[in-house]
Amino acid sequence: MVTTLDKVDVVTVGVGWTGGIIAAECAKEGMKVVGLERGRERGTSDFAIVHDEYRYAIRYELMQDLSRETVSFRNNRKQRALPMRQMGSFLLGEGLGGSGTHWNGQNWRFLPYDFEIKTMTEQKYGANKLPAEYTIQDWGITYDELEPYFDRFEKTAGISGEDTNPFWGKRSAEYATQPMKKTPILQKFETASKNLGYSPFMMPSANLSEAYENPDGAKINACQYCGFCERFGCEYGAKSSPEITVVPTAKNTGNYEIKFNANVVEVMKQGDKVTGVRYFDTVSFEEFIQPAEVVVLTSYMMNNAKLLMVSKIGEQYDPETGRGTLGRNYAYQILPGASGFFDEKMNVFMGAGALGMTVDDFNGDNFDHADLDFIHGASLSITQTGNRPIQTNPVPPDTPSWGAEFKKASIENYPRTLNVGGQGASMPHRENYMALDGTYKDIYGVPLLQLTYNFTDQDRALHAYLTEKAAGIMQEMGAKTVVGGSPISDYDIVPYQTTHNTGGTVMGSDPAISVVNNYLQHWDAENLFVVGAGNFAHNGGYNPTGTVGALAYRCAEGIINYSKNGGSLV
Amino acid sequence: MSKKEKNFSRRDFLKTSGVAAGALVGGGIIGGLIASNTGTETASPGTAPATHGESGSAGGVRGLMFFKNDAEFQILSQATERIFPEDDLGPGAIGLGVPYFIDQQLAGAYGENSKEYMQGPFFEGETTQGYQSRLKRNEMFRQGLQIMQQEAQKRFKANFADLEGGQMDEILTAFQEDQIQMQGVSSLFFFRLLRSATLEGAYADPIYGGNQNMDGWKMKGFPGHQAAYISQIDNEEFQEIDPKSLGQSH
Repeated sequence: MVTTLDKVDVVTVGVGWTGGIIAAECAKEGMKVVGLERGRERGTSDFAIVHDEYRYAIRYELMQDLSRETVSFRNNRKQRALPMRQMGSFLLGEGLGGSGTHWNGQNWRFLPYDFEIKTMTEQKYGANKLPAEYTIQDWGITYDELEPYFDRFEKTAGISGEDTNPFWGKRSAEYATQPMKKTPILQKFETASKNLGYSPFMMPSANLSEAYENPDGAKINACQYCGFCERFGCEYGAKSSPEITVVPTAKNTGNYEIKFNANVVEVMKQGDKVTGVRYFDTVSFEEFIQPAEVVVLTSYMMNNAKLLMVSKIGEQYDPETGRGTLGRNYAYQILPGASGFFDEKMNVFMGAGALGMTVDDFNGDNFDHADLDFIHGASLSITQTGNRPIQTNPVPPDTPSWGAEFKKASIENYPRTLNVGGQGASMPHRENYMALDGTYKDIYGVPLLQLTYNFTDQDRALHAYLTEKAAGIMQEMGAKTVVGGSPISDYDIVPYQTTHNTGGTVMGSDPAISVVNNYLQHWDAENLFVVGAGNFAHNGGYNPTGTVGALAYRCAEGIINYSKNGGSLV
Repeated sequence: MSKKEKNFSRRDFLKTSGVAAGALVGGGIIGGLIASNTGTETASPGTAPATHGESGSAGGVRGLMFFKNDAEFQILSQATERIFPEDDLGPGAIGLGVPYFIDQQLAGAYGENSKEYMQGPFFEGETTQGYQSRLKRNEMFRQGLQIMQQEAQKRFKANFADLEGGQMDEILTAFQEDQIQMQGVSSLFFFRLLRSATLEGAYADPIYGGNQNMDGWKMKGFPGHQAAYISQIDNEEFQEIDPKSLGQSH
């Protein structure tokens, strides 16, 4: 039996950054908003005993229960897709705040180049810089158009930073708070990269350098540099997160309600509009329909795509014909980097998730690619996020991975090893996409999302080039031994790499190659909005959250306009 | 891999049982060794005085939750000790209580793969597709330890737990190099799991039963659960800080 609930103005599927931002903005306008969150309520008071590497970082306390739902994966269409039975390459989350609870807080704006990548690449290097199977495209919006929304998100989150990077887009305002502390470890990187002629700057951080009250009146505390950010929640309320900012802002209006343990399995569609969503209470397994004037998909990018697929909204991408847009342009991230082994001991266990310095000299099109066989690049950073002992066992080359020699070397080098890491852009490829799995299902009987993905020649070339650059910085930092990352071959879903997955519900100005317009409004259903990193037409050289936050504010504006005027927003 | 240790064979370590082990590793584990040696899980609390307030074992009592016989547990103990041996820096896996940590983990959600997708159908996949077996971790461990014992008999006509260090290493290396036939899982996968679990037990907060006396953290210079480093992080010098467990914060 399905219970149909009272209709609301807006329902969001998932309550993380995007769901929270949509809720806050719409509720402030007087709209009645319901957030359906499949996980549990959680907040700062739940993180009093969070300094527990084993529970949170190794056993994934805050992450999705894969026994209920996972994704399936294969490297190419010839393989049989098999379920990701254990969490590995990326960490799917659930619960109030979503990934915004357990992120590191590294907050970026994608480069102006990113939003017009196809146009700019063709202008500078001609139409054939990349082979045709790379489906790069402009995003249907420019950096300048998005700038006010970037600014808005950064003020909401209180981002700490300094505007000294010569390579990023023009900012309309300073950062909300001062940059984080420039620790001795960061200074090593700063000196070395300056010596090499690069332009280091403090990484923009959502771990706040000082206490801050945002424009909505939400308070964020000052970071204590305890070294437990990524995979953890913050016990100080000092890492900007949805549950301490936009969620309370939405609640304070009196127009917002969150339903927990509510797992949405279908977006209901009638004609050219959606009518609401169907969900299971994950505790009682009761089924409900939540009717709404506007439906907003604000869950993780994979789940957003899956819900559209199972609801048969939009045309599934087919790599054979190149037709269809849903599931198209899935991209990941390429992680070049280098480790350095030093003589001196350093305070590597202290830190914060976004405590770092970066150079952008080899990101985007900030350097000439005329003689290179790839486009784009990576930000190269040193981060002092707090090295914890289970996950941090660095040993120099040719050291065994266990036994007496390993023990000695890993203990010796634990406080003596630093990394320069790159977040490398990932270009979409015709053969990399998402679809529904034909065999495996979740516990609600809904097919799993199926991922077909492999690294490409562009990725391998980018990785090799940027790894050399990272190693160069590490050399200049004075490491006695420098070890560059091994060349990448096939994508492997087992070792953790990054949770910066993108694409599948791409934004754009042309319905033939995008799922939503530049207000994140679905081309095939005007009262359906889909927002998140799934909107990225390719993946850039930074963490995604800053850009996702900007898109969410853009989307909220679209929903508010739509609710007044109706129709297509573009 | 590391060659046979000169100063301390595994067999000697095992045979010394409670007293010598206790002298080496502190009070917490003595009860455990005695309990397991008697083949019962009901050691009286009196056998293991809680000499360390910060010890992970409540009241100093330790027993087995997953393994049912001492022989298997001793294989586990010796194998983890080879992976993370006692040396001049401090205790190895046994001294840190790692075998008990693993035993407890195998009895719970970790051993039962309860947060993982275990629905069929099951197919062997590419390595890049990850774990595809219907075996749960605790079944994998039990099988792996049994095969280690079989290998010890086949190669050296002795129990694994009685082998010299170098002989154990030979068998562990064969697992690592994927030369051992296992059912439902590759020996390399099992070896990696064993290695990870050993490091987890050495460095997890002592509330989980390993990292006895926080000796894992002390060796590594990791201070465990500290509220803040805001006043120390600007310091050029490496900060030696007495570690603290979450179990001490109540």
